[in-house]
Amino acid sequence: MSAGPNVLPGKKPQGVAWLLLGLAVLVLLVLVLVPLIAVFSMAFAKGIDPFLAAISHPDAITAAKLSLITTAIAVPINTVFGVTAAWAITKFEFRGKSLLISLIDVPFSVSPVIAGLLFVLLFGSRGVVGPFLMEHDLQVIYATPGIVLATIFITFPFVARELIPLMQAQGSEEELAAVTLGADGLQTFWRITLPNIKWGIVYGVVVCTARAMGEFGAVSVVSGHIRGLTNTLPLHVEILYNEYDQVGAFSVATLLTLVSLIALIVKKIIERRDLAQSP
Amino acid sequence: MSDAKAATNARPAKRPSLLPLARVLWRPRVLPGLLPTLGFTWLYLGVVVLIPIGALIFKASTLSFTEIVSVIMERRTFAALSLSFGASLVAAVVNTFAGTLVAWVLARYRFYGRSLLDAVVDLPFALPTSVAGIALTFVYGPHGWIGESFAEAGMPVAFTRLGIVVALSFVGMPFVVRTVQPVIQELDAGLEEAASSLGATRFQSFQRVILPTIIPAIATGFALSFARSVGEYGSVLFIAGNMPLRTEIAPLLIVTKLEQFDYAGAAVIGATMLFASLIILMSVQLFERAVYRKLGGGQS
Repeated sequence: MSAGPNVLPGKKPQGVAWLLLGLAVLVLLVLVLVPLIAVFSMAFAKGIDPFLAAISHPDAITAAKLSLITTAIAVPINTVFGVTAAWAITKFEFRGKSLLISLIDVPFSVSPVIAGLLFVLLFGSRGVVGPFLMEHDLQVIYATPGIVLATIFITFPFVARELIPLMQAQGSEEELAAVTLGADGLQTFWRITLPNIKWGIVYGVVVCTARAMGEFGAVSVVSGHIRGLTNTLPLHVEILYNEYDQVGAFSVATLLTLVSLIALIVKKIIERRDLAQSP
Repeated sequence: MSDAKAATNARPAKRPSLLPLARVLWRPRVLPGLLPTLGFTWLYLGVVVLIPIGALIFKASTLSFTEIVSVIMERRTFAALSLSFGASLVAAVVNTFAGTLVAWVLARYRFYGRSLLDAVVDLPFALPTSVAGIALTFVYGPHGWIGESFAEAGMPVAFTRLGIVVALSFVGMPFVVRTVQPVIQELDAGLEEAASSLGATRFQSFQRVILPTIIPAIATGFALSFARSVGEYGSVLFIAGNMPLRTEIAPLLIVTKLEQFDYAGAAVIGATMLFASLIILMSVQLFERAVYRKLGGGQS
């Protein structure tokens, strides 16, 4: 039962099971694992010094700063939204609830390029409010605010999508008891709801952070590619790659890959914890 | 019925037109916080999602219908849209088979490295698309670890349409696996044992017992993978080669149009794609509902 593939508990491994297992491993190997190994292998292809030079280059550091600032704005604000939306949707009945749930999912189905396009059409020089912004000398597109807005749009549903099913499954009995015993709304939230949903929030925040750090398409459209000014880490990877600096591009890519690997590990740990807790 | 109830319970109201609204707003609720949380939710949704999408529709609607059609039917745009939808269709079909296989293996078999393999499936979700793009381009490039043998066999992968399909398979794969895997996990082993004890071969029991149960999940995974692939940009950008009419995908054409300040053209392509992906996702929901109704009715 331990080593061999086993179709049903107690049944002997069959030849066809080994074949299926081999094919599945092959698929994941050529499609996912080999490219992952390639990132690290290319980054260190010429030793450690070019790698260190690439990740400590001033442009890389500016890009990292902008990525971190963007994430530090987008993730908390979307987390607050996610908790608020989940509270309204799971604790109350109201008209238009299923419409609201569908609309929260919309950014999932929008192409990153279209997400960027939305903000260019709003704030660009020929956009809806573009002339007004120009008059008042406000820069949204091709500047940090545009990058933050596009990132907020892309990561908008992550926390809400995680919390809504969780809070629905938990029900409201504990909150009702607290309120009946005289707790006010905020006390109920901090003392009852939050401890129950904290791992769901952590999960949502982790996925949201990984996506915010790594968003490329939407940010690329609104950034204007001004090197050292409106460059995030994923955009910096593209610039280095287009300048035929493969080692540099893959070196910066390892930083982003590490972020996504850490996100996956945290996700695994939380899933294991949930499994262990459920009877 | 509620009217009859109101008539018996409540005194005649002086201003009946405001009464329903008042009832909604001041109905006593045990849990507090409906108005602030729902208000903030709609407000934030409006500012972040609805107004920007409104801007897209507004911009696209400044063109007349014939102008919109001429933008879409223009040779380069039409080629890009067909490529995006066509390559996504091929990748979604590939993922339907490969993803179901991976889901089956992860759900059914216990083997060393299973949880590592399970984690690897999520990597395309988590990896930034520009990183995936350069890694795939290197691996499948003419001198890459995998691409070299393909190139020598006269079938280069990178900078061709095949490369686009590879990148789209990469991004779409987790959608099929993660949709199908839980359904396989919850399959009733008793049904299969019953099938085999009644004399069904393993293939027959798969075809007649398992497949009908997991087909809805496979179809959903197919549609999600397709919808994601149509809009994909970052991972395709590097491997595609980006030759107009041949390997230029629709999202890239939107970027090109924006760089030429052709906002209306970009908006029309964007609105077309947005419309298409919303239709795909809505038909998935309708399909799922229909299937579950049929299954529920047929089996009980």
